[in-house]
Amino acid sequence: MLELRKDIFADERDDNLKEVGQPTQRQDMLGHVTGTSPYYDDHRFGNLLHLKLLRSPHAHARIRSIDDSAAARAPGVKRIIRGADVPVNLNTLLSLIQFGKDDEPSLATDVVRYKGEPILGVVATSERAALEALALVRVSYDPLPAVFDVEEALKPGAVSVNAAYPKNTFEYYGKYDHQKLRFGDVEAGFAHSDVVLEERYQMSPIEHAPTETNGSIAVPDTNGRFIVYTSTQALFFSLDTAAKINAMQSNQLHFIGGTVGGGFGGKVDTLTEPLSILAARLTGAPVRHRLSRHEEMQFGSPRGAERIYIKDGVKRDGRIVARKVTAYFDSGAYTRLSSYAAVKCAAHIPGPYTIQNVSADVYCVFTNRTPATAMRGFGVTALDFALECQMDKLAVAIGMDPLEFRILNAYRDGDMKAHRREAKNCALIECAQVAAEKAHWPLGDEYRRMSSRQGGGAARTGGADRTRAPAPAAPAAPARPSTPQRVSYERPAAAAPVTAPAPPPRSAPPPPAASPGGSTHGAPRFSSVFGTRRR
Amino acid sequence: MKTPIQFRLNGEEVAAFVESGANLLDVLRETVGDLSVKGGCWQGTCGTCTVLVDGAPRLSCLTLAEACAGKSIESVAGLRRGADLHPLQNAFMERFAAQCGYCTPGMLMAAKALLDRNPAPTREDVVDAICGNICRCTGYEPIIQAVLDAARGDNRRRA
Repeated sequence: MLELRKDIFADERDDNLKEVGQPTQRQDMLGHVTGTSPYYDDHRFGNLLHLKLLRSPHAHARIRSIDDSAAARAPGVKRIIRGADVPVNLNTLLSLIQFGKDDEPSLATDVVRYKGEPILGVVATSERAALEALALVRVSYDPLPAVFDVEEALKPGAVSVNAAYPKNTFEYYGKYDHQKLRFGDVEAGFAHSDVVLEERYQMSPIEHAPTETNGSIAVPDTNGRFIVYTSTQALFFSLDTAAKINAMQSNQLHFIGGTVGGGFGGKVDTLTEPLSILAARLTGAPVRHRLSRHEEMQFGSPRGAERIYIKDGVKRDGRIVARKVTAYFDSGAYTRLSSYAAVKCAAHIPGPYTIQNVSADVYCVFTNRTPATAMRGFGVTALDFALECQMDKLAVAIGMDPLEFRILNAYRDGDMKAHRREAKNCALIECAQVAAEKAHWPLGDEYRRMSSRQGGGAARTGGADRTRAPAPAAPAAPARPSTPQRVSYERPAAAAPVTAPAPPPRSAPPPPAASPGGSTHGAPRFSSVFGTRRR
Repeated sequence: MKTPIQFRLNGEEVAAFVESGANLLDVLRETVGDLSVKGGCWQGTCGTCTVLVDGAPRLSCLTLAEACAGKSIESVAGLRRGADLHPLQNAFMERFAAQCGYCTPGMLMAAKALLDRNPAPTREDVVDAICGNICRCTGYEPIIQAVLDAARGDNRRRA
């Protein structure tokens, strides 16, 4: 059984909990273990047609001409679809909430902006016939210079990627080229710091690689309606997107989904539905549009690659006094959801820590790479990776225990966050304390006694006047001799003489004890740092 | 040009006309209509389409349908007997060993091949048996525990 920590949020929680702590069965589990869960491709229709797309072999090129005459005559081909056939051939996903300009065609007509961008579709009686016909299409390209690096894309004279955003940056509120956060005075903070550490973090694009690839089947219904079986993660979002691109009313579309073979963010882009619906309209037959594994891996949008620079100033007593972040989100050739990722990133800076002086600039940048999209906390996860790496490096640089360093700087109730909102319901300190106990990681007594509910507020965050240079707060631990210096974590030998003591020796955590076997679901038992353990 | 073939699917005789070069996955799903078999990569890398051919786990996407003439095929559709679930199915449910469920049919068949051959596998045996099956919800630990549970429990259904 789970043990609940009733002391946390005791005044806010309804104590009448019936489900928490009790195992309960998923409603779809029986279907999963019997192979009867209805994924989109588990529906069968007579005379099903298949749509496959011709994709650009160039990262950036002008399309001079397209010759599809041989493909149109190929065996089994029912219809060729070109950009001119798409009723609204320019869209951006978040236009549904009036956020951003339409920038991405369903089928490129004049310019291709990433390798794999769709140009033309073939609808045929089998996938094989469609692929064989695609091989007969002749496209003449004028290759254009391409840009693949976010900082290169922002330099003067860089190749312009996206016609809607010629400066290669997403425009917020119609005029701002990035998300900006200012709190206190970081430069003054750095001047007051004992150690200043600046690091660069580079993430890679990550493909979600769901075991079921993206796909959909559009079936003409009576009364001009279409039933669409789809793998989408976002049924109504995809419905509205498909309606817009096809210039249809949303009540002409009936989307059936919800059983998704893995998504992780890779199935919100509505990659297949608009064209399968269009193909069904143009042929009057059910049409399936299913990405191959190769298409899924190469052209399905990945998590965007972020580049994040962090510069921190920290005192020898462990307080972080200034944090400056510059982040670049690689959106690829089109916006999709990266504009939103940058907003989330800016909202998460400076992490769950109270820092008196914060400055951040977050850019959503267009390059000639595969358009990026949502993936499991996108915008926040990469930043957290960078921030927490940085926290470890800072702890080492000043000779503090990394967990105690986090506890010292963690938000406390009443602290003023860099976004000028008061921190409430903070629990990082308590989480860190429980984690330390679980891992048999020794914490100093004073860190064991710290609480999210104590010590927060104006005194800690430097008062209400955010324009002043930070006033030195009472040291939380005995101050060590401090001389301002820059520390490079990667090259400690080249850094100034190390005045900080080495971190206290830690015994390696013992291997986890064998599960007591009382749990039927394998979840670890939860024990309190304050209360008695149940073992 | 199509070739007539006959094989057993989950104990029933099945006949189909197949194109030369057709793979077992497409024939099972499109021609025979066994939709419990799922396709994940169609190139032999993910294990999602695993079925048993004469008791051995095979990637149906890379198995020529014609090569299965006269053989016995097992898919997850044949695991359960009426209302009773196979011990592996029960254990997967109990252990929450499925999230999106798409890799589950292949996982179950890979695990069944193991238990049919080795009723008392070690953890290493289980890991080895499912090492060709990708679960992108990354729930490997519950799956391993479920297979061990099924092996330890009453496996009457295994015949």
